[in-house]
Amino acid sequence: MSELLQQIVNGISLGSIYALIALGYTMIYGILRFINFAHGDVFMMGAFIGYYTAPRIVNLTGGNLLVAAPIVLVVAMLGCSILGVTIEKLAYRPLRARPRLTVLITAIGVSFFLEYGGQLVFGPDPKLFPTLIPSGSVINTEHIVIGTNSIVVIVTAFALMVLLRFIVFKTKMGTAMRAVSFDHRVASLMGINIDTIISFTFILGSSLAAAAALLYSSVYPSINPLMGIFPGLKAFVAAVLGGIGNLAGAALGGLIIGITETFVSGYISSSFRDAIAFSILILILLFKPSGILGRHEREKV
Amino acid sequence: MRFHKSAIALALVIGLSFLASLFESRLNPYYFQILIYIGINIILASSLNLINGFAGQFSLGHAGFMAVGAYTSAVMTTELHVAGNAFLNAPIYALALLSGGIVAAIFGLVVGIPSLRLKGDYLAITTLGFGEIIRVIVQNLDFLGGARGFTGIPKLANFFWVFSIVAILIFLISNLVNSTYGKTFLAVRDDEIAAEAVGISSTRVKVVAFVTGAFFAGMAGALYANFVTYINPAQFSFLKSFEIVVMVIIGGMGSILGVILSAILLTILPEMLRTVAQYRMVIYSLLLIVIMITRPRGLFVRPRFGRRDVATKIQL
Repeated sequence: MSELLQQIVNGISLGSIYALIALGYTMIYGILRFINFAHGDVFMMGAFIGYYTAPRIVNLTGGNLLVAAPIVLVVAMLGCSILGVTIEKLAYRPLRARPRLTVLITAIGVSFFLEYGGQLVFGPDPKLFPTLIPSGSVINTEHIVIGTNSIVVIVTAFALMVLLRFIVFKTKMGTAMRAVSFDHRVASLMGINIDTIISFTFILGSSLAAAAALLYSSVYPSINPLMGIFPGLKAFVAAVLGGIGNLAGAALGGLIIGITETFVSGYISSSFRDAIAFSILILILLFKPSGILGRHEREKV
Repeated sequence: MRFHKSAIALALVIGLSFLASLFESRLNPYYFQILIYIGINIILASSLNLINGFAGQFSLGHAGFMAVGAYTSAVMTTELHVAGNAFLNAPIYALALLSGGIVAAIFGLVVGIPSLRLKGDYLAITTLGFGEIIRVIVQNLDFLGGARGFTGIPKLANFFWVFSIVAILIFLISNLVNSTYGKTFLAVRDDEIAAEAVGISSTRVKVVAFVTGAFFAGMAGALYANFVTYINPAQFSFLKSFEIVVMVIIGGMGSILGVILSAILLTILPEMLRTVAQYRMVIYSLLLIVIMITRPRGLFVRPRFGRRDVATKIQL
């Protein structure tokens, strides 16, 4: 029983990280209708920005993690936003009128560029991520240990999701985003600058990926340039599972994937961990391709 | 007449590759290896071209089928081969190659029927998922060596096997493109709804393309396994699939000659750039981005004016 509880807490903690990444996929898909394959690598870059800036920021604040951690978070979010917007400007914008296959292949290209460019710049070997969340545990009985980092992960992720919901549903920018995702042309006729909105979406998505990266690396502190591949793919599956284009769906999908994965590696075998998300993806695409909360889109001639 | 000519060419290439295989021991082993790799990569890229370029279905799981073929042939030849008896080993290897292809084709069917209902991005990521699932399963099967890999596979692949299969595949594809049946592939690629409207079963076309592609990828895997004599699941990860996709895209989706040229180029280039090997993937990915932005029909295909680009017509 207590082991089950332990697994659930771990699952929610991992799942909320996936949810943050999935939100980026789902927003970009909602606006541009293509899978930003490079999103997982923006996540990876977030971890490396954290790796290089955190020790300096911790030093500047005199070792006070409570002050340093939020600053690192903001720095990583800013860095990834700039990266995300640059990718969109250089690689995706010239292809906006082209078929989606072209864009998809370009996105794969960008993804591999970041991964192997990262290997050249940062080196291929894994690095130890600095501690940003003080170790220790909130609950520690003989049956169950809930670490500070699980709690911090869950609380931070939840707070960011609430903030995102506020931006998308209550602000002017968010309204414009929803209008663009509904219909590009009509939105631009209403005086919305499509390019600005697309850049803004990339800023939101990339900064969530950066936050996810810091949380992820705090839980699994070994980081390397290829670390974004699997969390990225799994988060994509989460977005599809919840219904791509749907914010609540992405969060829900992330949690489901996180919990399932933790259960499978806890109770069956950790070697099947990476195959779980794909099996879920295949099942969902076979039985309910629009996802749990998604709407069905009819194909037009 | 056209068929006749290409049949003669086919027989000629098979004959030549047989002759070449008699003299291959005199060749510098390094060049020999590169030539074999060129052949295997041509098979992989051309078979993927059948799926991506002709039927217009973007697949990212080709390495998975290659793995299936490689392991099938590895198990069969290790069990059945007679050491030192080239005469007996030839039919055994032929059988193993065929089985590798057939088992991979069965996997292609199992993967293809559900996933080919999907399009574009979804198809790409589902095939990637299937490829990875195949890899994870192999990794967990002890009799296949698991993550440690499969060692001691007899070295049976040579010029004859590799280039005969290359010839058969090219013969098949080039005749297919000009046939009525092959035209249905292009119709499905160019406009699925219009193709359905004139009575083409698009699902059938896609599955046929996918299974044929998987069959040859399986054969390529079998050639690879019996050439390198050691295989492990990591060799067939989606990086390998990606490499094959790059060959097809650089060559030009739907261009037979272009894809052959790019398979040759992308096999030789990394060898010449050994000293800067760490830049290889960076160069590949940049090439991909630049080609997609400037020449979406491939490096070797002249952009046609007055007609919409083939690549840009692939609908998702």
